[in-house]
Amino acid sequence: MIWGIASRRLGPALVFALVATVALAVQPDEMLDDPALEARAREISAGLRCLVCQNESIDDSDASLARDLRLLVRERLVAGDSDAQAVEYIVGRYGEFVLLKPTASGWNRLLWAAGPVMFLLALGLGLTYVRRRAAAQPAVDETLTAEEQARLDDLMKN
Amino acid sequence: MIAELGHAALILAFITAIVQMSVPLVGAHKRWPGWMSVAEPAATAQFLLVAASFAALMHAFITSDFSLRLVVENSHSAKPMLYKISGTWGNHEGSMLLWVLILALFGAMAAWFGGNLPPTLRARVLAVQAAVAVAFYAFILFTSNPFLRMIVPPMDGQDLNPLLQDPGLAFHPPFLYLGYVGLSICFSFAVAALIEGRVDAAWGRWVRPWTLAAWVFLTIGIALGSWWAYYELGWGGFWFWDPVENASFMPWLFAAALLHSAIVVEKREALKSWTVLLAILAFGFSLIGTFIVRSGVLTSVHAFANDPERGVFILAILVVFTGGALTLYAARAGAMEAKGVFGVVSRESALVVNNILLAVSSFVVFIGTIWPLVAEMAFGRKLSVGAPFFEAAFTPFMILLGLILPLGSMLAWKRGSLSRVARQLVPALVLALAMGGLVWAIQSGRTLLGPVGVFLGTWLVAGALTDLWSRTGRNRDLSRLLRLPRADWGKMVAHTGLGVTMLGISGLMAWQQEDIRTVHVGETWTLGDYAFTLKDVTREQGPNYFATVGEVAVTPAKAQGGEIAHLYPEKRTYPVQQMPTTEAAIDYRFLRDLYVVIGDPQGDGGWVMRVYIKPLANWIWGGCLLMALGGLLSLSDRRYRIAAGARRQAAIGGVPAE
Repeated sequence: MIWGIASRRLGPALVFALVATVALAVQPDEMLDDPALEARAREISAGLRCLVCQNESIDDSDASLARDLRLLVRERLVAGDSDAQAVEYIVGRYGEFVLLKPTASGWNRLLWAAGPVMFLLALGLGLTYVRRRAAAQPAVDETLTAEEQARLDDLMKN
Repeated sequence: MIAELGHAALILAFITAIVQMSVPLVGAHKRWPGWMSVAEPAATAQFLLVAASFAALMHAFITSDFSLRLVVENSHSAKPMLYKISGTWGNHEGSMLLWVLILALFGAMAAWFGGNLPPTLRARVLAVQAAVAVAFYAFILFTSNPFLRMIVPPMDGQDLNPLLQDPGLAFHPPFLYLGYVGLSICFSFAVAALIEGRVDAAWGRWVRPWTLAAWVFLTIGIALGSWWAYYELGWGGFWFWDPVENASFMPWLFAAALLHSAIVVEKREALKSWTVLLAILAFGFSLIGTFIVRSGVLTSVHAFANDPERGVFILAILVVFTGGALTLYAARAGAMEAKGVFGVVSRESALVVNNILLAVSSFVVFIGTIWPLVAEMAFGRKLSVGAPFFEAAFTPFMILLGLILPLGSMLAWKRGSLSRVARQLVPALVLALAMGGLVWAIQSGRTLLGPVGVFLGTWLVAGALTDLWSRTGRNRDLSRLLRLPRADWGKMVAHTGLGVTMLGISGLMAWQQEDIRTVHVGETWTLGDYAFTLKDVTREQGPNYFATVGEVAVTPAKAQGGEIAHLYPEKRTYPVQQMPTTEAAIDYRFLRDLYVVIGDPQGDGGWVMRVYIKPLANWIWGGCLLMALGGLLSLSDRRYRIAAGARRQAAIGGVPAE
């Protein structure tokens, strides 16, 4: 993702082009011999942000910094870290910016709660509305005004 | 010379739009027919002028007129013709010109097909549409003029970003803009109705075709972009929850909600003020999307700082129009009394739930998109919100929507019977559970995504078919289906499409297989049921790039058998932009894609090869196509042609009552 090059001059086309990759992400020489460990490394990598890219995980990114991070994750796993410890190690070094999935701490609780709270609120409002419509009397005045009647006649003629 | 004419035409269009914005509005207020009737010719003239301006810019790109700064920065004489043309909108200035072109097109269409509207409403709709246009003309003329000349024209241009030199992406922006900007007409209708103080069934009927058209275009535009990302970016990702993608997804969700709530206005005269609000929000989110894309504020604060003038200008447009419309809404919405009465269990209520789910999910996308900005400015936390958040926070609402959809879409208007509908849907439910269970049993991993996705997808498709079947009546008269209104067919096709897309997404995400390794020429390796052989690697030259081309033969891994596919993955370098791209080679099949990518040469003479098996990948875009087709079918319903005022002597006699 090379925002610097790609971004400003290119049009809306860029809706997707932001994710431009050049060489490809994980290289064979990085991969661990133990498939289980490698699978864990891939999973962790998919949740860590490439710091110099736009919204791209280190697993997808071709940037050299992303490669360094991928190797670091694998190093920690080989050293015997659990998944959580490996992530914690990376966050300790690079800050929470590196997490693609924000933690539910502090004000971030607002972010996580926003959807469900909004949903319950909307559901409540919707239910009130529907109840009111169910209890309402049908509108008495169902007849057309003279103007509307004229337009209706006009339409029917065609 | 032609460029100067284009510039002059743009200025004239700006002036025409100012007239179209003000005179008819006064006319409608004072009930002066002469003043109101200015709107139509003005809308036509404005469209022709901006079309001439756009044609002039396109001419400059086609003829590679390197005295124009924009052409120098975004084109090259050796570029294929298709990309010279698409280069017209593959940049900021040109894309904004395309934006106003489409805005004027929709205004002109509303003028041409709006003969049926009450004169005051039509005058106001066109005036509001012109007001939006005025803002964007000013934006282009004062901050992003595409017609600037170079003092010293260079010999050749700097080329278009190679990633954009692709057929899928050549047409992605026009479709997306037709959708984005198409929502402007719904906005104009909403604001005009607020000024009139009147929303009735007829209003719902006028707004719906425009919403449908915009939604269809947005669907196609988003699908094209996503498909492009799939085959071009080299690992087959199709959606990244990037701010710029979300910017197009939020209006899509709102348009989908609007399209459904307008049905309730049209048929039942309820949900009026909510529908007006949705129309305002849908276009408001289009503007937010434009702001996000054009200012770059969310993707990079740095990009915004590079161009504060433009970003602030669009922000001002956004605030004035959305804010103004919402203020008007707050003042007037109370006057819109609902008329229709309906039970708690009814199609109306089901559509209320639909709207809640779509609006809330759009809200989730919105808050996730802007949260990094909010967190940094308000709490001083630099953080990221990426795909894992959206997958966790957005998906539940879509699952709920999928669960409820077949039930809701079959409920009767006014007062429905849930048990009756549920009885009809038992076969569909059994089928969906069986499919989900089967998949659960045979898949190797323990992921829930696959089985749940297959269950939901099957449930939606089977539900749509059940709906169709129920329309044959008690004696299963299939000929009744032929006489169903097109809108009903559209509904079923679009709902089927949603199911197919859900099947595709879950299939791809749950069962994708991947292999990355270093391979020498002549070597064979296997993934899943397939054996891949790297036959050769050659260097080739394209019109404006150099390529490394691999030749890969695919055969069955176990049984003896013929070749399944012969693939040529490429890695290109575009010398002018100094940028490499990958061109994956894909063997498209109904149930799976084979996706082969060639990477860098290794020290030992081998090549990095990546191969993927992507189950059901095509279903994602196939479903989008079905959704768009459903929209088009619905749009072609004769009731809208009549409502849209195409005065023709239609054979009214032979149409059965619903």
